[in-house]
Amino acid sequence: MEFITLVGRVFVHFFEAAGRLGIFTSKTIYHCFTPPFYFKQILSQIIQIGFFSLPVVALTTLFAGMVIALQTYTGFARFSAEGAVSMVVLVAVTRELAPVMAGLMVAGRIGAAMAAEIGTMRVTEQIDALSTLSTNPFKYLIAPRVIAGILMLPVLVLIGDIIGIYGGYLIGVYKLDFNATSYLVNTWDFMKPMDIISGLVKASVFGFIITLLGCYNGFNSKGGAQGVGAATTNAVVSASILILIFNYILTELFFNT
Amino acid sequence: MPTTQKSLLKRTVDLLKGKEETPPMIKLTDVHKSFGKKVVLNGVNLEVQRGESVVIIGGSGTGKSVTLKCILGLLKPEKGSIIVDGTEVSDASAKVHEQINSKIGMLFQGAALFDSMSVWENVAFGLMQGKKMSRKEAYHIAIEKLAQVGLGEDVAHLDPADLSGGMKKRVGLARAIASSPDIIFFDEPTTGLDPIMSDIINELIVSCVKKLGATALTITHDMASARKIADKIAMLYDGKIIWVGTVKEIEKTKNPYVRQFIAGSANGPIQMAVKADE
Repeated sequence: MEFITLVGRVFVHFFEAAGRLGIFTSKTIYHCFTPPFYFKQILSQIIQIGFFSLPVVALTTLFAGMVIALQTYTGFARFSAEGAVSMVVLVAVTRELAPVMAGLMVAGRIGAAMAAEIGTMRVTEQIDALSTLSTNPFKYLIAPRVIAGILMLPVLVLIGDIIGIYGGYLIGVYKLDFNATSYLVNTWDFMKPMDIISGLVKASVFGFIITLLGCYNGFNSKGGAQGVGAATTNAVVSASILILIFNYILTELFFNT
Repeated sequence: MPTTQKSLLKRTVDLLKGKEETPPMIKLTDVHKSFGKKVVLNGVNLEVQRGESVVIIGGSGTGKSVTLKCILGLLKPEKGSIIVDGTEVSDASAKVHEQINSKIGMLFQGAALFDSMSVWENVAFGLMQGKKMSRKEAYHIAIEKLAQVGLGEDVAHLDPADLSGGMKKRVGLARAIASSPDIIFFDEPTTGLDPIMSDIINELIVSCVKKLGATALTITHDMASARKIADKIAMLYDGKIIWVGTVKEIEKTKNPYVRQFIAGSANGPIQMAVKADE
């Protein structure tokens, strides 16, 4: 009997949390599309997410491109298919590596920062203060972050695509002795708009997930420093898991239907 | 004589005598609020007249802050009516709350200053966001309000993190009065301050409220503060207002709960909860 009670309690908590997140999501979407828009806040978040995340995204995609070129070469050399390296680098980077790596990096950097900042504002009553100053916290705090996330992740991924492909080129030309021109021509010839577009759409979805969960966990944090710490951890962990789940779902939608 | 005629006659007599009663600025009727199984407000009734300064006293965890948050719309009561300046707010929409809150200023317990902004931007926030005032105009008003609470222009450009506890409270007070509100709420205005700074803050509150002609509702457990600020004191205990009276009346009251509270005695009918959920 106790076991059934426990299972029941877990289910109730799960649906309660899902419902709360659902309401938060619908409120966020509503406030993203209705005025007033706080353009200064949106611009500030665009700089935070886009500009300051650029170095970490550039580094991770560069090395991801490099390692995929190296691994593909060692694998494909067994079948004398070394010529496909540039194509594999292109597909792997644009479709999967750049969006997922950028998403995970931004989740760690921005999702955590958002949860900590909004969580601190919650426990120090700054969010209540916003309401008493006739400012809707959803419009002022949440919507600008989510809008900036949706807009900036694709930009980061596009830059990550270029840097990742360049990483593969560096390994191909300087380590594996491919001809530079033929590597670039091969890459260009194999490139399909859908490879790039699918990565950018994924990036937008990941941007929404990261900012939404960062804001949600911060907004609902309780109990002082410990609560803010827990909110930060939850924001990063839940965003990372959802990025990987949605990456699979979007890949299915784009390429397997 | 029929009742309607009677009341009409009484109202005419009152009008002639200049005794016409205006509706209270804040009226709470049978307000209930619980968190899970914990009942915090169990039928709170309170009236605050226009221009009056009412202080709610009570021990920690008796629901003083919850009462304020219900009036502000930050929490929704399960039952009861809350009327602010003639508008029912207990089940009002976010838009109605935004309109009502534009008439309200609030000084938070920890000042709740936005740490991403400078001091003057904090004070001017409501003017720029709520009243759509230009930055330049809002700056001048912020400097004026800071001067009103005894802070110079040099402080205006500091970050809230650079301020002492007393200075934060002053900035919080300047922010609360910046838009010249009709109603001001003070949440534990002297908590965490030394006795001298507490008295300075109390005097600032009295002078600011008088200057604005505002209605003030303060929650505190600091009796020195209550005596200085209040026209009327209400005691909250066990989720209900158990006593209301003037500062003079509280000294003479025989209510054992009030007596224990103002004496600050551990012995008496009030049993303090040790845990938050008790």
